[in-house]
Amino acid sequence: MKTEDLVSFLSTGAETVDLRLPSRRWLLALAGGALIAFLLTAGLLKLNPALWHETSKPMFWVRESYCAVLGVLGFITVVRLARPGLRLGLAPMGIPVAVIAMWVLAVVTLVTASPQTRTRLILGHTAGVCPFLIALVAAPLLIALLWVMRSLAPTRLRWAGAASGFTAGSIGALVYTLHCPELAAPFLGIWYLLGMLIPTAVGAWLGPRLLRW
Amino acid sequence: MQLIEERLRSLMLPSLAGDAAAYRIFLDELAAHLRSYLRRRLSGLPDEVEDLLQELLLAVHNKRHTYDPKQPLTAWVQAIARYKLVDLLRRRSRGDMLTDPLDEDDQVFATTANDAAEAQYDVTKLLRGLPDRQRLPIIYVKIEGASVTDTAVRTGMSESAVKVGIHRGLRALAERIRRI
Repeated sequence: MKTEDLVSFLSTGAETVDLRLPSRRWLLALAGGALIAFLLTAGLLKLNPALWHETSKPMFWVRESYCAVLGVLGFITVVRLARPGLRLGLAPMGIPVAVIAMWVLAVVTLVTASPQTRTRLILGHTAGVCPFLIALVAAPLLIALLWVMRSLAPTRLRWAGAASGFTAGSIGALVYTLHCPELAAPFLGIWYLLGMLIPTAVGAWLGPRLLRW
Repeated sequence: MQLIEERLRSLMLPSLAGDAAAYRIFLDELAAHLRSYLRRRLSGLPDEVEDLLQELLLAVHNKRHTYDPKQPLTAWVQAIARYKLVDLLRRRSRGDMLTDPLDEDDQVFATTANDAAEAQYDVTKLLRGLPDRQRLPIIYVKIEGASVTDTAVRTGMSESAVKVGIHRGLRALAERIRRI
């Protein structure tokens, strides 16, 4: 086939393109994914009965902001990775900054705590299940984000998958806080982070397999 | 470079608003840039140039909703071209056929080439494998030049089904070409 024939084929009857379609799809994926994540948390795991009481503790809000900030930074990165030729900007670099800030807080917490409480600050009561439950809650978000990513045009597939996974993990963790009783900084710096990294790894693995176009 | 950016943008923005005439000129001029770029990059695979060029044009068409008017159009095209080129070489498992490593310096928009060859496949022939709800809207609208409304009447489909059929059909074509 001649290229000029293809050009005429493609341009004939070309319709108006809806440039807001990507943003609408992203919002739909976030809302839908978060809703299913919430239903999983509330239905399967049960909401934390002490949730209302804990909102008066500063560490409650530190935990919420930690997950929310990572989720926002991840999401900005995801949106940029979905469009060819966009620079990533500063958002991806903010992610390690937020994690290190939590680690600094964790070290301060451990140093100032009495020696016999340190193990409890690190392991809490749920260290063994926390990362896996976060990954479970994040799964619908990961599926939704990858579904939108597929309809766009990522050119760095592994990064696009990993960023989708990290964003799903952070927002999943934010939803999971409605169930989770843990508030200690060392716990959040280790087990929450691990919970976010599981979907990140899954996304990095799936990226080159699912996102080709 | 700045001139090319302004020229292509002045064609792309009306294209996105539905101006088919501007879109045809845009694709024509883009093809000349891309052909010259691919010839440089694929000097070891001269037969692949026109094939990949057409695959690229189809990709630009299918993914044009990912262009952000605030971003340089040349950067958007360059990223798609580099992605498709790497993808082709990986599919052929012949990274060695690349004349030299893909570097950031080699610009898509450095030169143009208008002496077209023919691609080895024919998009219109590939259409035969598509289901009717995609194939018929594409034949009527994209080849015969009928309006979406007339096509809806002829096929008994709704107008939105015609548009969806064209859209999905072109994506399926791109996928088929990629697998050849």
